[in-house]
Amino acid sequence: MSAQQVLFDAPGPKAKRNIFIGNIVGALLIVGLLAWLIITLAERGQLEPAKWTPFLEGRTWEFFLLPGLLDTLRAAGVAIVTSVVLGLLLGIGRLSHFLPLRWLAGVIVEFLRAVPVLLMMIFLWLAIGAAGIMRPQDIPFIAVVTALTLYNGSVIAELVRSGVEGLPKGQREAGMAIGMTRGQSLRSIEVPQALTAMLPALVSQFVVILKDSALGYIITYTELLQTARRLGVGEGNLLQALLIAAVIFIIINFALSSLANRLSKLLSFRTTGKTKNDNVSNVVVADPTNA
Amino acid sequence: MDGFLSLFEQYDVAGAFWINIQLTFWAAIWSLLLGTLLALFRISPIASLQWFGASYVNIFRNTPLTIIIAFGVLALFGQLFVSLSEDFDLNFFRLAVLGLSLYHAAFVCEAIRSGVNTVPLGQAEAARAIGLSFLPAARLVILPQAFRGAIAPLGNVLIALTKNSTVAAAGSVAESAGLMKTMIEFRSDMVIPIFFTFAMGFVIIVIPIGLLTTWASKKLAVAR
Repeated sequence: MSAQQVLFDAPGPKAKRNIFIGNIVGALLIVGLLAWLIITLAERGQLEPAKWTPFLEGRTWEFFLLPGLLDTLRAAGVAIVTSVVLGLLLGIGRLSHFLPLRWLAGVIVEFLRAVPVLLMMIFLWLAIGAAGIMRPQDIPFIAVVTALTLYNGSVIAELVRSGVEGLPKGQREAGMAIGMTRGQSLRSIEVPQALTAMLPALVSQFVVILKDSALGYIITYTELLQTARRLGVGEGNLLQALLIAAVIFIIINFALSSLANRLSKLLSFRTTGKTKNDNVSNVVVADPTNA
Repeated sequence: MDGFLSLFEQYDVAGAFWINIQLTFWAAIWSLLLGTLLALFRISPIASLQWFGASYVNIFRNTPLTIIIAFGVLALFGQLFVSLSEDFDLNFFRLAVLGLSLYHAAFVCEAIRSGVNTVPLGQAEAARAIGLSFLPAARLVILPQAFRGAIAPLGNVLIALTKNSTVAAAGSVAESAGLMKTMIEFRSDMVIPIFFTFAMGFVIIVIPIGLLTTWASKKLAVAR
């Protein structure tokens, strides 16, 4: 139920007046807060044109921000594909009727979900480097993609599992009634419907992948945060460069989140599962966030 | 094996984990306070506060935590000379707590809001029907149910916060991810045992939190 409906009755004339006054006081407080921020920044000389004009020049975008964004999207894009594949494999493993397989998939998923992505990333970066099996310039990219895949694959595995378990029992029974084995029914009846049902939550997970790709900054991967920092160090406008990088991330992620919300409304007709995109309140989806 | 053990005499692994726990503890408190305030804004009937809460959540939830932490060190400290302590290390620690708190407050806000959303409309209608006005209805009927509904999502935020405390490495805080890097660089022949030591450290911290909050959320669940 919507929170406002639960907490507040339809307002009468007196309540409407109070809400109106509260609205004005709230607006004044917010404007005051923003004004304080802007004045403080201006006093410290952060609003001077020289700090901002670099972002109007073509070379800033051509040599710093766009290559960084491209590397961010490259790592996130590859990691999205590979983590969906890993997630499907682990998810089906967790649903298997073969006990050792189910157990193994469960241990792997629980382990990968409990270990911070950054820890895996640093480990892979140094381990691959020490093994000397790859060109040094490729190692950060591989480490970022692999770490993101391992973590998000385990989260997607839980999505697959909860998606299948959220289907009505009749779906599996119908499969059994027409003589399908457990594996056949999983593959051709349950997982396809679970995938449709989990698509909104999956798209929300892509936001997590995109955000986590910024961890590559710590292991010297040349993603957007890294190039923004280099730009900021060169021009003496770190604050502004990081703000611009954050805005780029916010725009992309906001678009993805909106897509997820629209999908959850659109797809509810196409599956017997629940297409609720509520990855905060869903216990099975473990954590809503990482970096 | 001897070399592996002597590594632990040389490096203070438990101390590094202790930093992570401290980061988590302080950030949990601040983000709970800020997140509750934001949730109150979002569920209030006042449009300007709703707008502020929603904007905050959309901005901070969609920004990578790494940028927020890096911003604290590079922009707040490096460029604006904002200092939260005379002591150099403590300053970085507090800046990291600030970044972690600002980021996770957005998730705390959504967790609390989803708790309020678990309360059926009929509960509020019943409260009004027996003559309770706004404050008694909220205090006696709605919020107790809402808090119980928020336990599981809040637990998930706490788990995420615990793991995300490693990102403070981007803010020059000497915590476990940074120590693992130093140790591997020193003994690259022991890269796998070192990684599993740190990984198991997090498994040991995180899994009990998960079990505890799942247990609490089931134990305290409102039967409907």
